[in-house]
Amino acid sequence: MERAGAGDLGAVASQGPATAERGRVLQRLAFIDVMFRRATFSCALLVLILLGGVILSLFLGSLPAIQAFGLGFITSQSWNPVTEKFGGGPAIYGTLVTSAIALAIAAPVGIGIAVFLTELCPPPLRRPIGIAIELLAGIPSIIYGIWGLFVLAPFLQQYVQPWLIDTFKGAPGLSALFAGPPYGIGMLTAGVILGVMVLPYVASVCRDVFETVPVVLKEAAFGIGCTTTEVVRHVVIPYTAVGVIGAIMLGLGRALGETMAVTFVIGNAHKIAASILAPGTTISATIANEFTEAVGDLYTSSLILLGLILFVITFVELSIARLLYMRVQRQGGG
Amino acid sequence: MSIYARRRAADSISQKLCLAAAVFGLAWLVAILIVLIYEGAKGLSPAVFTQMTPAPGNSGGLLNAILGSLIMTVLGVAVGAPLGLLAGTWLAEYGNHSKLATVIRFINDILLSAPSIVIGLFVYEVIVARQKHFSAWSGAAALAILVIPVVLRTTEDMLRLVPGSLREAATALGLPRTYVIRYVAYRAAKAGLITGVLLAIARVSGETAPLLFTALNNQFFSADINAPMASLPVVIFQFALSPYKDWQQLAWTGALLVTAAVLLLSITARALGAQRGKK
Repeated sequence: MERAGAGDLGAVASQGPATAERGRVLQRLAFIDVMFRRATFSCALLVLILLGGVILSLFLGSLPAIQAFGLGFITSQSWNPVTEKFGGGPAIYGTLVTSAIALAIAAPVGIGIAVFLTELCPPPLRRPIGIAIELLAGIPSIIYGIWGLFVLAPFLQQYVQPWLIDTFKGAPGLSALFAGPPYGIGMLTAGVILGVMVLPYVASVCRDVFETVPVVLKEAAFGIGCTTTEVVRHVVIPYTAVGVIGAIMLGLGRALGETMAVTFVIGNAHKIAASILAPGTTISATIANEFTEAVGDLYTSSLILLGLILFVITFVELSIARLLYMRVQRQGGG
Repeated sequence: MSIYARRRAADSISQKLCLAAAVFGLAWLVAILIVLIYEGAKGLSPAVFTQMTPAPGNSGGLLNAILGSLIMTVLGVAVGAPLGLLAGTWLAEYGNHSKLATVIRFINDILLSAPSIVIGLFVYEVIVARQKHFSAWSGAAALAILVIPVVLRTTEDMLRLVPGSLREAATALGLPRTYVIRYVAYRAAKAGLITGVLLAIARVSGETAPLLFTALNNQFFSADINAPMASLPVVIFQFALSPYKDWQQLAWTGALLVTAAVLLLSITARALGAQRGKK
């Protein structure tokens, strides 16, 4: 049909004006034009419909749980399929703690990588290293999961966790944080794996915003004798502060919703433990583990409610990240 | 003098810390790939590609999982990519900076990083719960929803790189808008559009969470789109967490296959993109 359309265009030119044929062809072209435009427009609207559909269907699905448990669901610690008492406390707590650990790793290292790539790295190595970091982002999360379970968890159990327990034994406050037997799997392991997964996102967005800094500004600072570190600290970072925060929040958004990597190493225990070495659970891990086995409407509905809570948290979080990022782009003369 | 020495020392320390950060990042990539190749290659044999997933204790392969992954990925991309392409076209060619376009762009960026397990729940609610059984096509639907934002984003970015003067020249010849887009903008951005689709395939072929409760799993091969279907990621998930050694071995081999496919796709996509940049 496209071919025929192109041919007709030629025909129009050769036939001259004011023939009935020409009018028909033009009419058809106008029709195709309008249809194509409408098709693209409805596809664009589909994005909004999808978002609305996700929120609406999750809300409808979780109605039974909302009616049964109300707001108490967010803090309640019970999770008992037999008595049908469900609460999201441990899962929400686990999600927040593992994401916090992930950010504690990903934020400083990610910014460090971005500084290295934009300021220090010899230009020929810039592209290959940048691509390697982005490949880290391309590895599917299930691979991080199986690697975390068979490689990272035993490693942490044997070397890192005993050391943490010994070191912080006497320290008030910290001893509770690093208490208990080294299980290997648990919140810390999940947080570390998440940190590595999120790292490339933080690094590449930071690199992008660092590149928006006008070269004149940096040259001026170098010109009055600043070292590279001082230029980064006093020129680059202040100039891009909003963007860097946006990058970290984008990473946080990924960490909050990540499922498979966490499910392997979190330990699936529905309780809130003070120690980050203890097994716990996250919203996404709970859903992944229990959804297909959930019997009874209330059980399923509680899991969907957890999904709705996760979606709302990440939605708000990512919106803030996106708004910050957009502000930087505008500032950068985009 | 001492103040100079101090500043220089501070500079060199923080430069080394940045270098260490880069090494740290690369070390993870290398460590993951080495373990994956070492553990995965041990189980690599023709049987992996010719036999079905076994019961514990028996020998077998991953044929049904590989085929299942292929079928669902192809279906998901075949549905999702055109939708994303058209939506991206609207944003770049018609919507531009209108309010609606800004909102759609914003929402799309959020969907791009939204938790994929939530998409799985959505498809479960909309399709599986109504049909009352798991099916391959609900899995493909979940994947299609994940494809749309990726393709939309790259399509818009790539169409924006096409110089406006090309469009103006075509319009001046009297070409209708649709033809300008199809015969000028699409052609100029072709490599970039393909890159977007490849990236989407790479993203989707490793996805596990949205398949867990849509396509579920299947021990045998089935070409029935209406029945549960095995997929590599879900099989890896199930086998890796099992206590059986031969299942765990198959999980590693499957993991190697998935990673190889995904990395190959994203490197190809990047090479295509780089080629474009040079021109």
